[in-house]
Amino acid sequence: MSILEIAGFGKRFTIHHLDKTMPATENIHFSLEAGEFIGIVGKSGSGKSTILKSIYRTYLPDEGKILYDSQRFGLVDLSQVSDRQMLYLRKYEIGYVSQFLNVMPRTTCRQLVTNALLEMGESEITANVETEKTLAHFELDPKLWDSYPNTFSGGEKLRLNIAMATVKKPRLLLLDEPTASLDQQSKVRVREMIEKLKNNGTTLVGIFHDIEFMEGLCDKVFDMKAKKIVLDNKVGVGSES
Amino acid sequence: MHETPILRVENLCKQYGTGCQECQDKERNSVEKNYCKSCGTVFAVRDISLDLYRGEILGIVGESGSGKSTMMQCLYFDTDITSGAAYINRPGKENENVFELSSQQKRMIRNHDYGMVYQNPVHGLKMNFSSIGNIAEKLIAAGNRNVSDMEATGKRLLTNVHIPLHRMKEEPEKFSGGMQQRVQIAKALSNNPPILFLDEVTTGLDLSVQANVLDLIKKIQRELQISMIVVSHDLAVIRMLADRTIVMLNGEIIEEGLTDQVLEDPQHAYTQQLVYSLL
Ligand SMILES: Nc1ncnc2c1ncn2[C@@H]1O[C@H](COP(=O)(O)OP(=O)(O)OP(=O)(O)O)[C@@H](O)[C@H]1O
Ligand SMILES: Nc1ncnc2c1ncn2[C@@H]1O[C@H](COP(=O)(O)OP(=O)(O)O)[C@@H](O)[C@H]1O
Ligand SMILES: [Mg+2]
Ligand SMILES: [Mg+2]
Ligand SMILES: [Zn+2]
Repeated sequence: MSILEIAGFGKRFTIHHLDKTMPATENIHFSLEAGEFIGIVGKSGSGKSTILKSIYRTYLPDEGKILYDSQRFGLVDLSQVSDRQMLYLRKYEIGYVSQFLNVMPRTTCRQLVTNALLEMGESEITANVETEKTLAHFELDPKLWDSYPNTFSGGEKLRLNIAMATVKKPRLLLLDEPTASLDQQSKVRVREMIEKLKNNGTTLVGIFHDIEFMEGLCDKVFDMKAKKIVLDNKVGVGSES
Repeated sequence: MHETPILRVENLCKQYGTGCQECQDKERNSVEKNYCKSCGTVFAVRDISLDLYRGEILGIVGESGSGKSTMMQCLYFDTDITSGAAYINRPGKENENVFELSSQQKRMIRNHDYGMVYQNPVHGLKMNFSSIGNIAEKLIAAGNRNVSDMEATGKRLLTNVHIPLHRMKEEPEKFSGGMQQRVQIAKALSNNPPILFLDEVTTGLDLSVQANVLDLIKKIQRELQISMIVVSHDLAVIRMLADRTIVMLNGEIIEEGLTDQVLEDPQHAYTQQLVYSLL
């Protein structure tokens, strides 16, 4: 059974003061198996982020189904689960990483990662140990561990973001343009991180504007324009278009 | 997920005034915002239902006059309600509507199950009592009698909220606004309440002090698993603290959801106006 299946997904935004309803995207279908990595490509404004944010409930899903095979709840439609269930899934099963760091101000890098673990109910000792392991794993300079991330470079912020999400060992990780605005070297690091996550069995959905960079790593590529899978390494052939 | 809320509020209403034929009849439109133009009755809280779960922070936002403080005062028994029910998940008493209890039983709930931090510290503290005395008062109300125990608890709480112990004998009236709020928080926590109400605790504090109080609240949630209802008209505060958020307008709930969803994909016209005005 697929771990995630998007079926007939669509999302419109209604802006009341303009008295306007605008479709962000519609008719999206794709699915992926546990441990797979799917890339989503398409031009700006085509609705890529809208899909990811709707999976994560940052946007209220609108049309269609978002079927997810949860460890805790079994097969659920993420567009229907309660807010409390969604909070549980965010805490224990589904992670989200964007290029932006959105965290409690005046909290150190170390504290942010530790808090993510404490919130899951880890003991303080385990949390402290795991935090250092993760920060080292994602190659954040120990000099930065006890400082506030607002002064970090784009690449450092991103690595902290990924560290915070992955320290919880999510089963499903959503990545929204994690390589945007990074230099080549930082991009290589992100690729390596994704590779490590994949090797650990994490299922990944990622948005990339330069998907070539993920070549050999992506199992499938979904194209927003064609509205279908344009590459399927599991089958071993790239399709037309 | 079979989860029982620690506090369940059903159809809570609070009106000031007796109402009249005009405002009883919804068709007649005599009520503008929350006010009956015909008889002057204010419908401060209208049919509010909500669930609060263990360890979560529930945010309440809404413009001035939307009924946030009134709702908190109703829940804390500071004011009589007009109608409605609230149930606290206490062993053997899950189905007791706490609004129907005797005033003595209500006092027990205030002393053992609830903590309150008021918008205005004057309401939560005796301003001319020592700070440690303010805490002792709450501890005594909760049944403590051992003076040295109470002093130890008071010191620990004041330390937690960063009030220097050499100032613990001072009266809150000599403290800054931020310090007063922190003493209020220490006092509210002194009986280890499973449920804490916080009404605009950071309003009027300067930014660094505000950050300090917010850190403290987050820490309390993480370490003590206390459930909190946090009222604020400041969306930044709500964004930082609340897991779920409720939006109130004219005494009613008009929208609720995960905090980031309410802020990034608001559904109601009023919420959109509130959110977009900040972007
Ligand atoms: N004792 C009272 N008598 C009459 N009306 C009252 C009384 N207390 C509150 N109100 C009215 O009830 C409504 C809700 O007031 P409340 O203090 O709950 O608002 P609030 O949402 O807390 O606002 P703020 O953000 O300004 O603190 C207002 O219209 C207010 O004028
Ligand atoms: N919160 C929002 N409110 C209103 N419109 C939005 C919102 N988020 C996205 N949109 C609109 O939805 C469409 C798709 O946006 P998005 O998913 O961000 O595209 P992409 O990530 O592919 O660049 C765009 O027209 C965008 O303006
Ligand atoms: Mg995008
Ligand atoms: Mg108020
Ligand atoms: Zn009337």
